[in-house]
Formats: sequence, structure tokens, C-alpha cells
Amino acid sequence: MMKKLSNIHWNHYLNYIVIGLFTLIFGSLSLGGMYLNSSLLFLMEKIAISIILAVSLSIVVGFLGELSLGHAGFMCVGAYLGGKVATLLEPSIGNSPFNLLISLIVGGAVAAVCGVIIGIPALRLRGDYLAIVTLAFGEIVKSLFQNSSDESFGGALGLDTPRYDKQYLFIWAFALVLITLAVVQNFIRSKHGRAVTAIRDNEIAARSSGINVTKYKLLAFTISAFFAGIAGVLYSFSNYTVQSAKFGYNYSIEILVMVVLGGMGSINGSIIAAALITFLNTKLATILTGDLAVLQNLFYAIILIAIIIYNNAPSLKNFRNRFNFGVLYRKLIKRNADPTNIGDDKAKWDVVPTKIEMNEVLSTDLNPSDNYIKGKGGDK
Amino acid sequence: MAEFILETKNLGISFGGLKAAQDVNIRIKKNQIYGLIGPNGAGKTTIFNLLTGVYKPTTGTFYLDGEELCGLGQEKINHKGIARTFQNIRLFNNMTVIRNVMVALHNQPEYKCSALQSIFRLPRHFKTEKAMQEKAKELLRIFDLEEEQGNLACNLPYGKQRKLEIARALATNPKLLLLDEPAAGMNPHETEDLVKTILFIRDHFDMTILLIEHDMKFVAGLCDQLTVLNFGTVLAEGDTKTALNDPEVIKAYIGG
Repeated sequence: MMKKLSNIHWNHYLNYIVIGLFTLIFGSLSLGGMYLNSSLLFLMEKIAISIILAVSLSIVVGFLGELSLGHAGFMCVGAYLGGKVATLLEPSIGNSPFNLLISLIVGGAVAAVCGVIIGIPALRLRGDYLAIVTLAFGEIVKSLFQNSSDESFGGALGLDTPRYDKQYLFIWAFALVLITLAVVQNFIRSKHGRAVTAIRDNEIAARSSGINVTKYKLLAFTISAFFAGIAGVLYSFSNYTVQSAKFGYNYSIEILVMVVLGGMGSINGSIIAAALITFLNTKLATILTGDLAVLQNLFYAIILIAIIIYNNAPSLKNFRNRFNFGVLYRKLIKRNADPTNIGDDKAKWDVVPTKIEMNEVLSTDLNPSDNYIKGKGGDK
Repeated sequence: MAEFILETKNLGISFGGLKAAQDVNIRIKKNQIYGLIGPNGAGKTTIFNLLTGVYKPTTGTFYLDGEELCGLGQEKINHKGIARTFQNIRLFNNMTVIRNVMVALHNQPEYKCSALQSIFRLPRHFKTEKAMQEKAKELLRIFDLEEEQGNLACNLPYGKQRKLEIARALATNPKLLLLDEPAAGMNPHETEDLVKTILFIRDHFDMTILLIEHDMKFVAGLCDQLTVLNFGTVLAEGDTKTALNDPEVIKAYIGG
């Protein structure tokens, strides 16, 4: 029994444990009758939504290596459909958890169908072209809902959703984060996840090794869209109202930034980046008010650039190695020597495995020639 | 069981007006090591691409073990039993060595496990993962790569990358193995090692091998039969010795 326990790779489960404990502590506090500040609850819900979005996008961007700029579009579909279903069901079953569950499933499922639809061009297009298609998808979805009639989806005024008690809703939100993590990680850490990663690394070799590229690209897009839809439904409940203006491409880029900052192909990185960026955004919005509100975006951009330079600049390499959480963590737990179990197939930041250069997207091309040497011919 | 493992009939492809390959007839018996040689641009790799479904032939067809595979997609052809390596190595660079091999085990019926079974972590998932790991380790042991299993594929030295690519191709359990310039860029010592490896593969896996190579010593020492291509057409074929001494072949290589 003891031997079995020591064989478990705790670092695989660390993120569940941390988020689970967090949910347990705050959940029991809230259920135990302690009053939690509503702005704190709102922030926690927002963080949970961001984490779900970032983790789901990381399947497509980090593991499949395709660039998707339409993630907010899937979220939009989920938010409207989930919100609508909840409103329709409210007279019959009221604000029960049952209602929430049904709307989550419907929102996720419709978003997943959209994922399949977007996945089909993804089979023929790559890189920049696919990015444009996904971008267009997001904008189309947004304007469709914007121009809907008042009775159907509320049009420009937005759709009001049933009000759930915030003291409970954030527990739902974090439970969904745990479910998302479980599904995504279990998928990635299986033969199917390996197939997806193989397509990222070399599509031609993947095909000639017998991988059904069509199937796995569609599957990756579908799972990714499903959870974006779930995040959308959560958003519609957390916000009490859904307005399509929120789901513009700016928001898609923000989710992409979370994935890129967290490190491509690193789920834990995405979680941390999502939580940090959401926290930062919200705090900046509360600190800088009035005339200073224009500075919000400036500070946000400066912090992003600082993180990217820290992660990517060759001149900071020594500094980085000394203060690297990954290295510290590995020293701390003295990783088990069995090499078949070394977590995910994490692509290194500076190798950039996607079929489009992330640096171009973020326009912080620090040292392209250096990147080239490391990424390609360097090690031959 | 057909007489020939691979049989091509008037296989040809043209890109616009350029006939990259035409009327290529190759017949390979089981357990043979068959060479495909020719000067640069003769259409050797094009033939490989036709046989693996990268290109669809414009004329002719080919049979693997009596079954017509022409027109199928790349992964389908791989399932049917043709595996290949590439002229410029194509590994899954950001994945570990053992996972490179495990990816190729994906389609074997004994490692079947649906995505839902994996997501819900049903017992089937653990069973197949374990079995795949063991099979991959066994293959790596054969190719002396066992100590490297935890390293990223891109960090391997060149010779080992070549070996890993062959191991990955074998993991798909093929009937016919296509090797595209396996000795390119290798030093004499590594080449000698490779000859032993290829002979070992033939005997141990009961494999039929079709290979492209420029190193004539390597070809002469290894291949049972040859087809010599030039400008997309067959210049000579037959026993290695007769084919290499054919005056047309010497003319194509040396000029004159």
C-alpha cells in the first residue's frame, strides 16, 4: 500500500489538490454562514471562468498547435444559450441546481457543435488563415446575438438571466473548474492526448504513424469549445445579464494571452496566468477610477510586456534559472526518476511549437534570430 | 499470401507537365531488402510519397500483399502495413523518446481505448497505457535507446534520431518498411552499425525493406535487388550486382 502511494505522481494532482482545498475552505466558510463580501465572490467567479477558458483554449493552442482567435465566440454561444434555457425553465423548476445543470449542459453542447463547425475548416487551413477564420467566427456570433429580436435573445439590450445566490454560485464555479481540469488533463495524458501533441510537433509524421489527424483536430476543437460554452453559461449567471459586446476579439486575445503567458502546453501555467491576469484586471479597474481609468490598459500592457521579457529574453536567462519556480519545485519534491511519467509534453517557451509565431501575435519580437537557432537547426 | 509483398503496376505521377515518375514497376518478395537508387531528382522520394499516400498517383496502382492500396489516405495505408522514415528526420521533437514510440502504437487493435474511456479513467485506460509502455520499452531496448527514453527527441544525437525514427516506424507493425536515405549524414562507424541494425530488423521482425540510398557501398552490401531510377523512369533493375554494372547506370551516375 505504501509503495503504491509513493508511486503516485503527486505533481500530476497538485492542481486538483490546491483548487480543491481552496474550494473546500471557502465553500465551507460560505455554507457555514460566514458572510463573504460580494465583490470578493464576484472576483472568485471571474477567476474560475478565466481558468476554464484558458485551460480549454490551451488544448487547441498549446497542445494541438493551432491558433484560435475565436474562443470568446464559443463562450458567447454558451452564455446566450445557457442563459436562455435557464430563463425558460425558471417558471417551471425555479432557481434550482437542476436548472443550472441543464443550462450548463445545453450551453456546452451547443458551443461544442460550433466547435465541430469551426474544426472543419481547421482541417484544411493552418496558421494565419485558421486564425482569421476563428476570428471571423467570433465576430459573426457576436453580431448575430446583437441583432437578435428582443423576445429571443434580448438584442442590443442583452439577456437577463435568473439570479442565483452568489454564496453558492462560486462553489459551482470552482467545482466546474475541477471538472474541466479533470477532463482536459485526463484527455491530454492519454494516448489521445499524445496523438494531439504529435500532430502539433509534426503533422506529416503523425499521419504516417497512423494518427487520424482529421479525427483528433475535430476532437480537440470540440472539447475546447464545450468548456468555453460552460464558462459562458457560468458567466451569464455570475453577471446576471449577457451582453454581446463583451465577447469581441479583445476578449479572445485576452484568453490567448493567458495561455501564452502560462507557457504553451502547460496547464498549470495557464491556470496561474488566468488567475493573475483576471485579478490584475479587476484590481486595476477598482484602483484606477475616474480620470485615471485611461491608465488601466497602460498598466496592464506594461505588466504583460514585463512578464514576456522575463520569460523570453535571452539576457535574463541566468536570472531566470536562479528564480524559477519549476526548478525550485523539482528540487523540493526530488522528482521520481521514472522518465515515462514526466508530466505533460510541455513545449518550451522559446521553441514556440505553434504553426504561427506567437511573438508576431503579441508583437514583442525580442530576438527572432536567437529564437530561430533554438527552435530549429540549432541542435543538429 | 501473395507472391510479392509489394507490387507496383505502371505507377506514375506528373506535376503539371513534369513527369516526376512514370511506369515504375517494382516487385518485392517477402523478406527482401530492396534498394531504390538513382541520381538526385530521379524521383525516388516521389515513389515513397506515392506508396505512403502523400501523393495520389496519376497512372497505375500498387498492391501490398495482394491488396490494392492505391488512393487511400496516409493513415489508412499505414494501418494496412506500410511504414516509412523520412529523408530529413521527422520526429515529434517536443515529446520524449518513449512517447514518440507510443504514438506510433496508437492504432494496434490490442491497445484500443476510446477517448471517453481515457477521460473517465476506466480500467481499460490503465491497462492499455501500461501495455503500450511495455511494448515501447521493448522496442527501445532493441534499438539501444532505453536509457534515452525520458529525453526529448530533439536532444538526441543524429544517429540515435535515425534509429528512433526506425523504431517508431516499426511500432506501427508494418509489413513493409520504407527507409528514405537512412545512412545520410552518418559517419562510417554509424553506417556500419546501421547495416547491422537493418539486417537485424529483417531477421527479427521478419520484415521486408525498401530503401533509398546514395552510399553505393551501403547499397551493394545490403540490398538483394535494385531498381535504378533516372528522370522518373526505370533505368535498370535486377540483382544488385548486375544493376550496378549496367552501362546505362554507370553513365547516369558518372555522366558521359
